[in-house]
Amino acid sequence: MNWTTALGFGDRSWGPAMVEGAVMTLLVSTAGLAIGAILGSLVAWAKLSGAKFAGAIGEGYAALFRGLPELLVVYFVYFGSSALLTAFANLVGIEGFVGVPAFAAGSLAVGVISGAYQAEVFRGAFLAIAKGELEAARSVGMGRWLMFRRIIAPQVLRFAIPGLGNLWQVALKDSSLISVTGLAELMRESQLGAGSTHQPFTFYVAGGALYLLLTAFSDRLFEFAEARATRGMRREAH
Amino acid sequence: MSTVKFIGATLASTVLLFAGAAQAKDWKTVVIGMEGAYEPYNLTDPSGKIVGFEPDVAVDVCARIKVECKIIAQDWDGMIPGLQAGKFDVIMDGMSITDERKKQIDFSIPYTQTPAAFATSKSSPLAKLAGKVISLTGEKAAGDAAIKELKTALKGKTIGVQVSTTHATFATETFKGVATVKEYKTTDERDLDLKSGRIDAVLDDQPTIVSMLSKDDAKDFTTFGPEFTGGAFGVGAGMGLRKTDADLTAKFNGALKAAFADGSIKKYSLKWFKIDTTPR
Amino acid sequence: MGADFLWTTFTRLLGALDVTLSVWALSIVLGAFIAAGITWMRGSGVRPLVYFAKAYIFVFRGAPLLVQLFVVYYGLGSIPAVRASIFWPFLRDAFDCAVLSYALCTAAYQSEIFRGALAAVPHGQIEAARACGMSRVTLFRRIIFPIALRQALPAYSTEVISMTKATALVSMVTLWDVMSVALKIRNDTLVTYTPLIVAGAIYFVLNYLIARAFIAVEHWLSPHLRARPN
Repeated sequence: MNWTTALGFGDRSWGPAMVEGAVMTLLVSTAGLAIGAILGSLVAWAKLSGAKFAGAIGEGYAALFRGLPELLVVYFVYFGSSALLTAFANLVGIEGFVGVPAFAAGSLAVGVISGAYQAEVFRGAFLAIAKGELEAARSVGMGRWLMFRRIIAPQVLRFAIPGLGNLWQVALKDSSLISVTGLAELMRESQLGAGSTHQPFTFYVAGGALYLLLTAFSDRLFEFAEARATRGMRREAH
Repeated sequence: MSTVKFIGATLASTVLLFAGAAQAKDWKTVVIGMEGAYEPYNLTDPSGKIVGFEPDVAVDVCARIKVECKIIAQDWDGMIPGLQAGKFDVIMDGMSITDERKKQIDFSIPYTQTPAAFATSKSSPLAKLAGKVISLTGEKAAGDAAIKELKTALKGKTIGVQVSTTHATFATETFKGVATVKEYKTTDERDLDLKSGRIDAVLDDQPTIVSMLSKDDAKDFTTFGPEFTGGAFGVGAGMGLRKTDADLTAKFNGALKAAFADGSIKKYSLKWFKIDTTPR
Repeated sequence: MGADFLWTTFTRLLGALDVTLSVWALSIVLGAFIAAGITWMRGSGVRPLVYFAKAYIFVFRGAPLLVQLFVVYYGLGSIPAVRASIFWPFLRDAFDCAVLSYALCTAAYQSEIFRGALAAVPHGQIEAARACGMSRVTLFRRIIFPIALRQALPAYSTEVISMTKATALVSMVTLWDVMSVALKIRNDTLVTYTPLIVAGAIYFVLNYLIARAFIAVEHWLSPHLRARPN
């Protein structure tokens, strides 16, 4: 069949499968970024708090996952998460195999890697907050939770957007590695289509094009978010 | 309730959610792992469903032992680890029964037996090599002579196989120092390299080779040389099960025997392989 | 038994290190040349060239490396016109194919690094050099290049480390690097974690050494930024 039929939306065509793969890629990358945000902010908090031990653990985690190949981390999390969960389940008394779904393992892998980089983004964003504001808040007697909610969190998010936009692109690309776990995301669907129709060029170029579409679209989104978040902010004269 | 209890309860309920995947020992559902990319044994159609010889056999024997079978896709190189981890209960993927594998898992009786065959480009000098089906265990002399001939023909050439298969083991051992053996994760990738000329020959199960050659884009390719059974290639393909599930193995053996007796397996074999591959 | 297995795994993985390192080194160097070209195009002011450069950077930075690798290895190999061309003897070889694909990818990142580094050269220095009548070649050699090089080092170090990690993907196109050997050991012996942990340790040490090397070079190149000895 020629490439238009192969990628089309007809009966034996892979168009729907590719689109579903793209949606899955979006979902898994989002989940991964979210997990990374949680891990990253924890590590940033640990390092900023000055607590020696927590800071060391945070630094160790970040150094580890920045120095390991992403493919290795994906395999490790894929093999290890099910084993861990099964062991835990057996402890609690549940028999047999308890599987971590490929989606969860995949987003966990992406998240664990992303978190290592997000830690730096959050730390830098926090340090960029005007010291004066924090001092003022404390001197007025603002509670720690209120200060976090009103001063720290909104500003960290605002300063972190450029860095996060970058890391989102990275997460999107890292998600292609999850194809080795069998999750039906975009890379995997491209492989299945290529294998089934013997048209690798068509499918891998199409897959690449869909990734680029996702990238371009999210680029716009982040630009918009950054513009909105920084409205009213005084820009330093360069 | 206290934070600790709350976290404990959340974790426990999350685990219980996943526990749906845990099986009971009285088999109601059996999960079967297949590649979905090993035509005609099993393949994936565009809707995502796995079809082929093995899905047909699977549905048949599962019905006979009154269990529901669920077929999931699994990459070949993760088959045995997946079985051991419990991801699925049975492997059905043209997996040959070999002593090496028997060390790790149990097998049912073989449900199909086919020789291994070579394929190459019609324009290659290899294509001139004729041959017949030779059993490496039963006809040692003929086997040795055929291998000698192959070694001469394949000197300096590249053979493509799939990783962790009997074909990979045979090729790497037999043609050591004679030809280069390239291993691929999937047969599709290997066949692509054959068609693009990156490798000179491929070795795989005969039905898989025939199926590959029947497609439009393979009209310049053909089988060549002898076809081997026995020896490193095992005694046919069987269902792979964990050693701890001997009861399930026994059940499937009974079902397979019945399926042979009433000709069902022969029917599926003719449908997908166009020949009768019932083990002798 | 455990220590024995650990040692054999380690030696087998070390044996595959040459593949990892050759792909890594060759693609970075080839990528640098391609990147220089792209950066030149980007800054040339000639509309079509600028558009081409921008498009190149967008495509090769936006698509996952795995997709790029498969397009070059399997995709190009399936096109009869490519097979008939003069490039085929090169593209036929898995190693060459992988190096090409990686070089194309890193070139996009390196090009952006070069562009940023060049832009960071203080314009005042360039003006002063021109006012003295310095030739363009000398200007580049003496002013622009050294300053840009120093600027580029931190980002370049990140990219080089990214590339080491990226080499693990050649396991997907039949090359026997550290990653593929680790996976093969796992498949043959069913020992899941040891090969992966040993491989991870090797990659980690490699990246650590590279990072230290870059820090040393940065230190060496910036005597003017260090504290005066007292």
